[in-house]
Amino acid sequence: MSAPQHQEPVSFAFDEQSEAQIATILKRYPENKKASGVIPLLYVVQKQMGRQTGSAWVPRVAMDQVALRLGMAPIRVYEVATFYFMFNTKPIGRYHLQVCGTTPCWLRGSDEVARACRDAGHLKGYGDTSDDGLFTMTEVECLGGCVNAPILQVDDDYYEDLDYDSTVQLIEALKRGDRPKPGSARGRLCSAPEGGPETLLDIPLAEGK
Amino acid sequence: MAKVTIDGIEIEVPNGATVLQACEAAAKEIPRFCYHERLSVAGNCRMCLVEVEKAPKPVASCAYPVADGMKVFTDSPMVRNARRNVMEFLLINHPLDCPICDQGGECDLQDQATAYGGQGGRYMEEKRAVKDKYLGPLVKTIMNRCIQCTRCVRFATEVAGVPELGATGRGEDLQIGTYVEKALTTELSGNLIDICPVGALTSRPYAYVARPWELRKTDSVDVLDATGTNIRVDTRGPEVVRILPRTNEDVNEEWMADRGRFAFDGLKRRRLDRPWVRRDGKLRQSSWEEAFSVISEKMHGLKGDQVGAIAGDLVDAESAFALRALMRGLGSANTDCRQDGAAIDTSRRDFYLFNSGITGIDEADALVIIGSNPRREAPVLNARIRKRWASGSMKVAQIGPQGLDLTYNAEHLGEGPLAIAGLMDGSLGFAETLKAAKKPMVIVGRAALARPDGAAILAAAWDLAKAFGALTPEWHGFNVLHLFGGQVGALDAGFVPGEGGRDVAGMLQGGLQALWLLGADDIDTALIPSDTFVVYQGHHGDRGAARADVILPGAAYTEKDATYVSTEGRVQRGRLALFPPGEAKEDWRIIRAAGAALDVALEFDTLDALRERMVAFNPIFGVVDGRVAGGCADSSGPRASGAMGEAAFTLPLADYWLADTVSRASETMAQCSRIYNDPAPRLAAE
Repeated sequence: MSAPQHQEPVSFAFDEQSEAQIATILKRYPENKKASGVIPLLYVVQKQMGRQTGSAWVPRVAMDQVALRLGMAPIRVYEVATFYFMFNTKPIGRYHLQVCGTTPCWLRGSDEVARACRDAGHLKGYGDTSDDGLFTMTEVECLGGCVNAPILQVDDDYYEDLDYDSTVQLIEALKRGDRPKPGSARGRLCSAPEGGPETLLDIPLAEGK
Repeated sequence: MAKVTIDGIEIEVPNGATVLQACEAAAKEIPRFCYHERLSVAGNCRMCLVEVEKAPKPVASCAYPVADGMKVFTDSPMVRNARRNVMEFLLINHPLDCPICDQGGECDLQDQATAYGGQGGRYMEEKRAVKDKYLGPLVKTIMNRCIQCTRCVRFATEVAGVPELGATGRGEDLQIGTYVEKALTTELSGNLIDICPVGALTSRPYAYVARPWELRKTDSVDVLDATGTNIRVDTRGPEVVRILPRTNEDVNEEWMADRGRFAFDGLKRRRLDRPWVRRDGKLRQSSWEEAFSVISEKMHGLKGDQVGAIAGDLVDAESAFALRALMRGLGSANTDCRQDGAAIDTSRRDFYLFNSGITGIDEADALVIIGSNPRREAPVLNARIRKRWASGSMKVAQIGPQGLDLTYNAEHLGEGPLAIAGLMDGSLGFAETLKAAKKPMVIVGRAALARPDGAAILAAAWDLAKAFGALTPEWHGFNVLHLFGGQVGALDAGFVPGEGGRDVAGMLQGGLQALWLLGADDIDTALIPSDTFVVYQGHHGDRGAARADVILPGAAYTEKDATYVSTEGRVQRGRLALFPPGEAKEDWRIIRAAGAALDVALEFDTLDALRERMVAFNPIFGVVDGRVAGGCADSSGPRASGAMGEAAFTLPLADYWLADTVSRASETMAQCSRIYNDPAPRLAAE
C-alpha cells in the first residue's frame, strides 16, 4: 500500500456538514465579536479534512477561508492555528497517536507505549508518519488523565492504562479498521479501582438499601 | 493627577499614566524593547522592570498604571538584578554577531546590554536558529536576532494598517513573519527597520554599507511626497547612503514613506553632471560658458510672450522664484508650475493648501476624500488619518474608484463628481454624518483638479466644505492634497501665469520660441513644437532632458540649501548634505548666471538676498518651520468656471514606486515596482 500524498490543496470550501456546525458555532458570538469563533472553526476545518482526505489537518487555504468567514486578517488565524498544537498545520496520518510523556504517564510506563507505537505502527519516532500513511505519532503534554496513566490519545479518544502489549493490540486493531472502545485497557470503569468499588461499601445507599 | 515619587523625586502625572511614563517625566531612564510610545503596550520584553514600594515583585513599568502616593525605585538592587537577569534571558538566543550586524552602533540591545546587562552569559547549550523571512524588497530579515518584542507586528497592524505580520508558533518555536512569505503591502515598510530594537529587521539597500559612526548627518526635508517629512540624510564621502525620518510631531511623527526613504539611490544614477548642448540634432557634452552663450544667442531679442517656463514637481521655492524673476525680467508672463494642468486658484493661499493641517486630522470628526488615494499620495498623512479613524472619533467617506484600500473603512459615495452633488442635496446618507460633525474635513486630491472640469470641482469641494460648516473662523476644513514637495513652494513663489500669460497647456500649444523647463519631466514633451528652443534645467536625465536643446545640470534636493513648502503650507528648509555631482550647480545660481547672460538684472547675488526678496514677495517664506494655522476668515470660494462633468475620478501615481524623476532612476524603486505591481504575487506556504 503506497502512502497517500497529502499536499497543500489549491482551494478549500466548507461542506454541508461543516456549514451546519459553523452556523451553530457562530450563534454563540455577537456579530462584532465573531472572531472568537476562530478556534471552533479551525476544528471544523480539521474534522472536514479528516473526513474528506483521511488526514485531519488545517491547510493554509482553509485558514484563509476561516479568516474570510470571521472577518479577520488571515495572519491572526495563522497565529492561532500555529499556537495550538492540537491543530495540525501539516498533513498527518489517518490515525493520530498522541503519546502523553508528562511525568505521571512517564512514571507509569509511557516509554513502553511509545515503543509499542514505533514497533507496531512502523514509526521512526515522534513527528513521524508511517509509510502507509496510517499513523502519525506525536508527543503531547499532560492530557489530564493521570489517574489512568499511561494514556495514548488516538484522534479524540483516550486509551488508558496501557502497556506495551495492549498498545500493540490497539494499533493492530486500528490497522484492521476497527475502533476499540476507548477507556481503560484493564477494564476499569473511568478511574474506579480495578474489579469494582473497594471503599464506602458499607454505606447503605451504596448497597442499594 | 496622581502624585508619585520616583527615586525620591516627587512628580505629578495624569491619572492613567503608566509608571514608565512617570519615570520619564522624572527624567529617569527606563530600558525597554517592546514598549514604543506610538504603539499599543505589549509588556512582553520585561526589560522595564522597576520596584514599587509594597509590591512583592518587580513590576513591568510600561504596563503598570500609576496610583496616587506610589513610590517607585528605578535603581534599587532588586531592579538592577531583575534587569540583569532579563537581559541574560534575552541574550540566550541572541547571536553574538554584532561585528557583522548592520544594527551595530545603533542597537538598543547592544546599548542596553552594556548598560544594564551582566558580565557574561552562563548559557552553554545550543542557541535556537530561525529561518529568515521574506518581507519584501526593502526590509532584510535576520530572524536569529529577533527578540520577539512584536513591535513590528504592532506597527504593521496599528499604524500601517496592514495586518500581515504576526507571531506564529509558540514558546521556543515562536517566529515573527507573514507565514506566507510575501512582501508587506505597505508604503511604510521602512519604518519597521527603525522600530526594530535589534538587528532582525534591517534595511536591504543599506546592508553592509556603512557604520553609523562613519556617517555625516544632515537634517533636511523630503520632497518626494508633499507631506514635508522631516529627514536626516546620512552621507559617507560623496554619496547618500541612507535617509531616515526625524521626529516632528506636527508633520510625520516619526514615520516616513518608502519612496522618500529608499529612492535616494536614484540620486547616483542618470544624473546630469555637466552641461549639454544640442548640435546637429545630437546632444553633446559642453561647458557652462558654451551653454550660456547658446542660450544668449537663441534667446536674445525674443519678445516676452515668445518665451515661457515650466517648473516641475520637485523644484525648490528659491529656484522657482528666481526663474519667475528671470522670466518677468524678459517680459514674459508665461510661467506655470502645474505640469498636470490642475485648476488651482492661486488668488488665495487657502484655495490650494491642506488648510486643516496634518495635526488638524487629530481633531476632525468627519472626512470626505475626493478623487484621491492618500495611501499612495501621502502615506504618512494617511497613517495619521488612520490613527484618527482607529480612535473611533472620525468617520471617513471617499469619492473615487471603488475598492480602494485606504487601510481604514471609508464609505464609498460614488466614482465621480456626481457624489459631491449628492452630498450637497443630502441624498447621500453620509451628509447626515457631515452635518453632525463639529470639525468636518474635505480633502480634494490634486488629480481631481487636473481634469477639464477641475475648476468646477475645486469650487464644488469648497462649497461642500462651506455647506457643512467646515469653514469657520476657528476651523478650516478645506484641504488640497498635493503630490510632491515642490508643488506648493512653486505656487507660493508665484510661479503661475502672470497677467495674460499662458499656462502649461497654452505653452505647449506652440507659438513659443524658447521654453525653459525647470525640472519639468511630467509634461508631454512630444507636444513641444520642434522649432522651439528648449532649455532643461534639472538633475536627472529624464523625459525633459531628452527633448532639450541645452541642458543645465542642477542640484537634487539633498545637494542644496533650499526651501520647500509642504501641502499644509509648512515652510521648511532642506540642507546641503553633499555637493552636486560634476559641474552641476545650485539651481538659483544657474538662473542668476542665465540672467547675466541674458542681460536681465536679477536683484540677488546671494542666497540670503534671494530669500529676502522672497519674503518681500510672499511673507510666508519668512515663517520657516512653521505654518500659518487658523480658521477660514473669508468663506467666499474660488472662482468656478463651467460645470462638473460626470467622468469618474482617476487616481494619480499609477505606479507609486516610480512617480518622480529620482525614483525613476532608482534601482531599489524599480525592484519595488516589479514586485508590488505583480498582479499575482507568489504565495509560498512553508
